[in-house]
Amino acid sequence: MPLTEHLRRLEAESIFILRETVAEFQNPVLLYSIGKDSSVLLHLARKAFYPAKPPFPLLHVDTTWKFRDMIAFRDETVARLGLDLRIHVNQEGISRGVSPVASGSALHTQVMKTEGLRQALDKWGFDAALGGARRDEEKSRAKERIFSHRTAAQGWDPKNQRPELWRVFDTRLARGESMRVFPLSNWTELDVWRYVAAENIPVAPLYFARPRPVVRRDGALIMVDDDRLPLRPGEKPEWRSVRFRTLGCYPLTGAIESEAADVAAVIAEMRAATTSERQGRLIDFDESGSMERKKREGYF
Amino acid sequence: MAPPALRFLTCGSVDDGKSTLIGRLLYERSLICDDQLANLERDSKKFGTTGAAVDFALLVDGLEAEREQGITIDVAYRYFSTDKRSFIVADCPGHEQYTRNMATGASHCDLAVLLVDARKGLLAQTHRHANIVALLGVRHVVLAVNKMDLVDYDRAAFARIVAQFEAARAALNFLSVTPIPLSARHGDNVCRPSANMPWHDGPDLLGFLETVDVEDRAARPLRFPVQWVNRPDADFRGLAGTLASGCVAKGDEIVVAASGGRSRVARIVAMGGDLDRAEAPDSVTLVFADEIDASRGDLLCDPRHRPEVADQFAADLIWMSEEALYPGRSYLLKCGGNCLPASVTEIKYRLDVETQAQIAAKKLGLNEIGFCNLALSRPIAFDAYADNRVTGGFILIDRATHGVAAAGVIRFALRRAQNVHPQALSLDKARRAALKRQKPALLWFTGLSGAGKSTIANLVEVALARRGVHTALLDGDNVRHGLNKDLGFTEADRVENIRRVGEVAKLMLDAGLIVLCAFISPFAAERRMARELVARDEFVEIFIDTPLATCIARDPKGLYQKALAGQIKNFTGVDQAYERPEAADIVIGADCVEAQQAADRIVGWLDARGFLAPD
Repeated sequence: MPLTEHLRRLEAESIFILRETVAEFQNPVLLYSIGKDSSVLLHLARKAFYPAKPPFPLLHVDTTWKFRDMIAFRDETVARLGLDLRIHVNQEGISRGVSPVASGSALHTQVMKTEGLRQALDKWGFDAALGGARRDEEKSRAKERIFSHRTAAQGWDPKNQRPELWRVFDTRLARGESMRVFPLSNWTELDVWRYVAAENIPVAPLYFARPRPVVRRDGALIMVDDDRLPLRPGEKPEWRSVRFRTLGCYPLTGAIESEAADVAAVIAEMRAATTSERQGRLIDFDESGSMERKKREGYF
Repeated sequence: MAPPALRFLTCGSVDDGKSTLIGRLLYERSLICDDQLANLERDSKKFGTTGAAVDFALLVDGLEAEREQGITIDVAYRYFSTDKRSFIVADCPGHEQYTRNMATGASHCDLAVLLVDARKGLLAQTHRHANIVALLGVRHVVLAVNKMDLVDYDRAAFARIVAQFEAARAALNFLSVTPIPLSARHGDNVCRPSANMPWHDGPDLLGFLETVDVEDRAARPLRFPVQWVNRPDADFRGLAGTLASGCVAKGDEIVVAASGGRSRVARIVAMGGDLDRAEAPDSVTLVFADEIDASRGDLLCDPRHRPEVADQFAADLIWMSEEALYPGRSYLLKCGGNCLPASVTEIKYRLDVETQAQIAAKKLGLNEIGFCNLALSRPIAFDAYADNRVTGGFILIDRATHGVAAAGVIRFALRRAQNVHPQALSLDKARRAALKRQKPALLWFTGLSGAGKSTIANLVEVALARRGVHTALLDGDNVRHGLNKDLGFTEADRVENIRRVGEVAKLMLDAGLIVLCAFISPFAAERRMARELVARDEFVEIFIDTPLATCIARDPKGLYQKALAGQIKNFTGVDQAYERPEAADIVIGADCVEAQQAADRIVGWLDARGFLAPD
């Protein structure tokens, strides 16, 4: 399927940003979170540097609570494409017993994702981290730069962002500072799916409807992916045809009931949707400003 | 095929309803999801300014500070689509102190929706924004006269504002201006024609945005800024980049603008298979028939239509830093893949954005716009911004803070850069220095007034003369009696003072001398400028680190006494800062109290590094 003019321009822009990152930084990394945005980002990176392989490693900050299908998809992707994947787990968090079940979403996210990411960036000395975040996901993301500066403590200062004109990016860093780079900034969820369809990009099977064991909890459908999820009194997993709009830690990621079993069906379903993508993300829900607060602390 | 997404911005004075308009557009098109609407209703009760009604501005004002203060601080990008078109909206701040963010938004857009409050008409900020969008090359404007409900949908009120804008737009070079009367709060003429304004025979806003054609149809010549050299192995060398304009086909001849090197396009490489042709704004990788010497920063182009290549040009600058612009100060200029030292040599005028008046200026402050001459450390290839928004736009980066100091749009290359070519000389610095059996060096003494710079520099020169070394000493006070007697002590004049001294020292270095410069030189930026005038290993920064209290106690010229009494303004250490060098080559501190001891140490340092022939 040929790309629409709109997607062709988005693709060209993202490729430009990826190349700019490689040209301007010493030690970039691509944050690979296994989701559809990461799949698209990885595909664009392959295009940007073809016939060379993407000249940076992939980093997965593993909270150890991802869906099993995500990990399988990750390992299969890396093997198929012959990529250099670095995996980091916040061992200190593990030894403290932090988990989404025991600690709640806020602490788990803070320790296993935000702190884990900071540890990994420090460990390998990455000065630029490419991520698949989009501005249409959430309000504070809507104001984030494509090249988004981070202090030496990995913090974000939303009130003091560098102006970003045309495609001329100010990539200068002082010692210890780093950059987060978002090549998909101008894509919408629908753009991502249309591009997945047009370019035939493999995505994790969890995006497609299939009977899965779920429990209804606090208004969300939570998949019982393994036996670590303690069932509350009266909860009994039932098999329903569900899929996921975004992927994260399975106890924190709500499924939607759906029959959409392929990309075309997903696109059709999304066009009729009346809820936003991050609705399934329990970690965003505390308050409207909560994403901004997490990002200031270093969350992606 | 569907037209490409329309990138537009909303701008206008604060409280004219920009965010409300976007919120309304999204709401009317059912583009607000249920969970977002639930958030919005909750937030409206908490922060809203609309009483019981939903406050649409809260949809787009994403940052906490914005929600608390009820204003838009930063550009927010919003995305929506209808059956006819996709839209990317830059929602820009109205407050004057955020003008730089508004310019940022405009640089990405082809159309501006300029909001005006029907009750207030055109305000200073409206003119400012019209000027900025025009300066940044936005050629299509919707004049959205908002809050028509508050003037009883009065046709005459609308007509007055339209006429007012017509008078102002003459100088702004817009291709189209489309006036639309509307009410963002109530939805009139936003997504459908308003029953309240049957007299309006033009389109409603969304209907217009869906169909407006903003594509640049002019045939532009090929511009391919080389972004990255792709060389995975010895067999492949490709130049990766994004076409800034024009198109390129297999077999086309191209030229590297700055060097004049030529070749033919052998392949246009893409992952899905080679292409025969690519056009702006495609991102591609080109392989050439010959090994051409080109790398990041080079501009490949059509040999028949070449860009300018120069190291001086005239440009409009939008100043974005809290720290004012002073001519002569060194910045990093980033244009395409080039990032190089540059300075403003002259501010021709500052633009009064309300009246378009051209005002003489010695500096540019935050949010001010000035027309300036710039000099670069080497020639680069570029186009006028009016011809090409990619190859004609640049930023200046502050070298200390690494922040964006300014956005610039190039008007034209300066003729003197085209016609003044460096004269190649038969004798060079190395030959001249070899005759003297010495290595040229610039010894830069910096420190507070009274620190002992001149005393120590003088002793060093005496010691060098005994060794048969040819030297020259430029001293702050002496230079100000002659070469720089037209300069005072303002920040701007201090910058120029050091620039001239640096250039003179450079000429003396070319003559093979060891040059000693003793200047307070309080600003790191100017010391860096002097350092960059000469070769890397020729500059020796010597910091005479005498405490301020000691200098005041010495006060050899009685100047501190006067400065402390308020009789001298801009006195370093009293009412003007001294920026301490962070990495001086030699620091003369408390361990070196005697001037002769300091001089001996400096001579020893030069000896150890081979600047002086053995005795």
